[in-house]
Amino acid sequence: MSNHALRAILNGQAVPLREVPELTLASFREAILEGTRGGARLACLCATPDLRLFAVLADDAEKRLRVAWARLPGTRYQALTPECPQAHLFEREIAEQFGIIPEGHPWFKPVRYHLPWSDLPSPWGRDEGSLPAVTDFFKVSGEEVHEVAVGPVHAGVIEPGHFRFQCHGETVIHLEIALGFQHRGIERAMLGGPHALSLKQAETTSGDSTIAHGWAYCRLLEALAGVEVPARTDRVRGVALELERMANHVGDLGALSGDVGFLPTASFCGRIRGDWLNLSAEVCGSRLGRDWLKPGGLHHDLNPAMATGLLPRLVKSWADTRDAVELLWSAASVVIRFEMAGRLEPTQAREIGLVGVPARACGVNLDVRKDHPFGPYRAHPIPASLAESGNVHSRAWVRWLELIESQRFLSEALEALAGSDPDPRAGPLPPLAADTLCVSMTEGWRGEVLHLALTDGHGRFARYKIVDPSFHNWFGLALALRGEQISDFPLCNKSFNLSYCGHDL
Amino acid sequence: MSQPLIPVSIQWAVHLLTLLVLPPLIPGLINKVKAVMAGRSGPPVLQLYYDLAKLAHKRAVFSRTTTWVFLAGPIGTVVAGMVAGLLVPFGHTGTPLSFEGDVILFAYLFGLARFLTVLSALDTGSSFEGMGAAREVAFSALAEPALFLGFAALAKASSSLSLSTMLLGSGLGSGRIAGPLILVLVGWAIVFLAENARIPVDDPNTHLELTMIHEVMVLDHSGRPLALVLYGASLKLLVLGAMLMDPLFPRAPQAWQNWLIFYAGLGALAVAVGLVESMTARFRMTKVPQFLIAGILASAFAFLLLLV
Repeated sequence: MSNHALRAILNGQAVPLREVPELTLASFREAILEGTRGGARLACLCATPDLRLFAVLADDAEKRLRVAWARLPGTRYQALTPECPQAHLFEREIAEQFGIIPEGHPWFKPVRYHLPWSDLPSPWGRDEGSLPAVTDFFKVSGEEVHEVAVGPVHAGVIEPGHFRFQCHGETVIHLEIALGFQHRGIERAMLGGPHALSLKQAETTSGDSTIAHGWAYCRLLEALAGVEVPARTDRVRGVALELERMANHVGDLGALSGDVGFLPTASFCGRIRGDWLNLSAEVCGSRLGRDWLKPGGLHHDLNPAMATGLLPRLVKSWADTRDAVELLWSAASVVIRFEMAGRLEPTQAREIGLVGVPARACGVNLDVRKDHPFGPYRAHPIPASLAESGNVHSRAWVRWLELIESQRFLSEALEALAGSDPDPRAGPLPPLAADTLCVSMTEGWRGEVLHLALTDGHGRFARYKIVDPSFHNWFGLALALRGEQISDFPLCNKSFNLSYCGHDL
Repeated sequence: MSQPLIPVSIQWAVHLLTLLVLPPLIPGLINKVKAVMAGRSGPPVLQLYYDLAKLAHKRAVFSRTTTWVFLAGPIGTVVAGMVAGLLVPFGHTGTPLSFEGDVILFAYLFGLARFLTVLSALDTGSSFEGMGAAREVAFSALAEPALFLGFAALAKASSSLSLSTMLLGSGLGSGRIAGPLILVLVGWAIVFLAENARIPVDDPNTHLELTMIHEVMVLDHSGRPLALVLYGASLKLLVLGAMLMDPLFPRAPQAWQNWLIFYAGLGALAVAVGLVESMTARFRMTKVPQFLIAGILASAFAFLLLLV
C-alpha cells in the first residue's frame, strides 16, 4: 500500500510542520479510509485547540508512519467511525477534549468524563457537577435478561472502572466498559512543556509501563532537539524495557493461574515477579524503573561491574520463571480452562485496531520493535511472538514466548554491557525545534505506546498526545466477552490486563 | 460395642465439644497444606479462630434493603449444622442422637440451611448475590441425588435408615459391599467438594465476585453474622467430612482409640482437600454439572450393584 497524500516518517523522526501535508477535510477523510482499508492502522487521531485534526497511520508492512492534517471548518465534521471502527474512541476523545462533534458517530459518549479544554460547550451538556460513568448504557431487554453492574469499586486493590453486563442467565450478551475515574489531565499538563515534571508525568501515565512511556517521551525530546543517543545507552534502555516486560508478563501468568484457582504457579510467579522488579531496582533504585532514563541519556547508567553482577541473577530468575511457568502448561486442568475462554477473531482484532499481546494472540503480526524498530532493536531485532487462537490461552502463550525472547535479549545485552565502557554522561538537551511534529512509539509489555508532540514557534509543546495500548484494547475485551460465561470475565480481563490510568490519562 | 471404659455421658460430652470447638481447625489445616505446597509459610493453622474472635468484637453493617431474613441465613446455617452434627457418628464413638429415618432429617437440615442462605442472599437485592444464589441452587439440585442414592445403597446394605448404623455397620471389610461402598464414597467425595465450595467446583480464596458460587451469597454479611457464616461453613466441613470418612474407620477396642482414629481421619481428609486444591485448577462453571453428574452416576451404580 502506498498512500501518497500522507507524509511518510520513521518512528521517532521529527518533521517540520510545513512538510506535513495539509489536506482538505474530504481528502483527509479519504486518505484515512483508504489507508486503513489497505491494511494500515490508525495509530493516532487527535485534534488541536485551534481546530485541526492530525492523523497517524501505522503502515507496519512498509515500516513507515504516515501523517497528515486537516483544518476543521467548524465544530462539526462527518464521523469516520461508521466506515473505520478504529476511529471510534479517538473521535469520542476529540469531542470530549475540544467540543468538536463527529456527526453520525454510532456510539457518541464521553470517554473520560471531563469538560472540554477550550471554551466550547461539552457536546453532552455536561457541567462541573457531572460524575464519571453517569450516562446511558447499552441495554438489552427481554425475558430472563438481567443487568449486572460491577465497579468502580472492586473486590481487591485495583484501579476503578465500571463494567455493565447484559446477561441472559450466565451468558454475557453485551459488555460495556465505562472508564475515566483515573483521569489526571496528563496531556494538558504537558502543554507549554517540556516542564520539570514532564518526564515524571510521562512515566506515570501508566505506572507499570514506566519505561515504555518514559522512553517514548525521551525519544520524542531527543528527536525534537536533534540529539543522537549513543548505542550503549540505547542498549541499557532496552534492558530497562525488557526487564519491565519480564516482571509484568511473569506477574500476569501468575495472576492468570490464580484466577483459575491453580495455586502453585500463582504463588511462585508472585515471588518471581519481585525478583525481576528487583533487578530494575538494583540499577536505578526503583522497582518500577522510575528515573532510570532521562532525555538525552540515562539518570542511572548500567556500568560494566553492575552488568556483570546482574548476569547470575538473570540466570537464576529465568530458571525460576521457567520452572513456574512450565508447571502451568503441564496442568491439563489449566490449559483446558484457558482454551475455552475469551476468543477474539483476527478480523475483529484488525477491524478495531487491536495492538500488543491480544493482537499477536490472534495471529496479527505486529510489534513496534519489529515494524518500527527503535533504539537497540535496530541492531538486535526481536521477532514478534504469535499465537493463533485469540483466546486466553493464546494471550498467555504469547506472553510466555515473549518472556523467552526478552530473556535472550537481556542476557546478550548484559554480556555486551559488561564488556564495554559507559558513555559519558549526557548533558542537558539543546532547545527543541520550533513548529515541528514528532511521533515516537515504543513496544511496552502491553503493546504499542505512542507519544506525539507538536511544538509551537518557541519550541514548546503546543499539543502532546499519548496513546496507551489500553486505549486501543479495552474494546477488544468487551468483544471477547460476547457469548462468554459471566463467570469467565475475571479470567478474560486478566488475560488482557489493561491499564485504567493509561486509558484515562 | 466397644468396652465402655469411658462412660457414655463422657463420650457424648466429647462429641459435643468436638462439634463446637474443632470445626475452625479444618479450614486452617487445608490452608496450611496449600501454603506448604505453594512454597509459602501461610497463615497459622488457628487463623480462623483468631478471625472469629476478631469478628465477634465487631459491629455488623446492614444494608437498608435487608430485613430479618438477612440474619436467618447465618443463624440457620449454624443451627442446622449443629443438629446434623448430633446425628452423624464421629467414628465408632456412639451418636448422641439417633433414630430410624434420621438420615432424611440429616440431608434436609442442609437443605434448610441452604434455603435460608439463599433467602438471605436474595434479601440484599444485589445482582451478585442473586447470581450466586441461582448457581448454588442449580448445583445443589445435582449434588442431592448423589447424596441420596448413596444413602439408598447404604440403607440396602445395612437394612437400616439410621445414619449411625448405615455409616458404621457396613465397613469395607465385608466383601460383598466393598465395591459399592467405594463407589458411594467417590460420589460423596464429589458432593463434599461441591457442598463445601472447594476447588474444582468453587474457589474459597477468590476475591472475584463474578466467579463465586457460595462465597458471593455472603458478601454483604459483616461482624458477628459473618463470624456465624464462617463458623457454619467450617461446621459443614466437619459434619460432611465425618459422614464421608465414617465407613472407612476401623473399629478399635478402646473408645479413646476410636476418637484418635476419627481425628486422624479428619486430618487426612483436610490434607487430601489441600492437595487437590494445590494440584488442579478450578473447572469452568459450565463443567460443574458434568462433575456432579459423575457423582450421581457413581452413587447410582453402587445402589444398582446392591440390588442384584
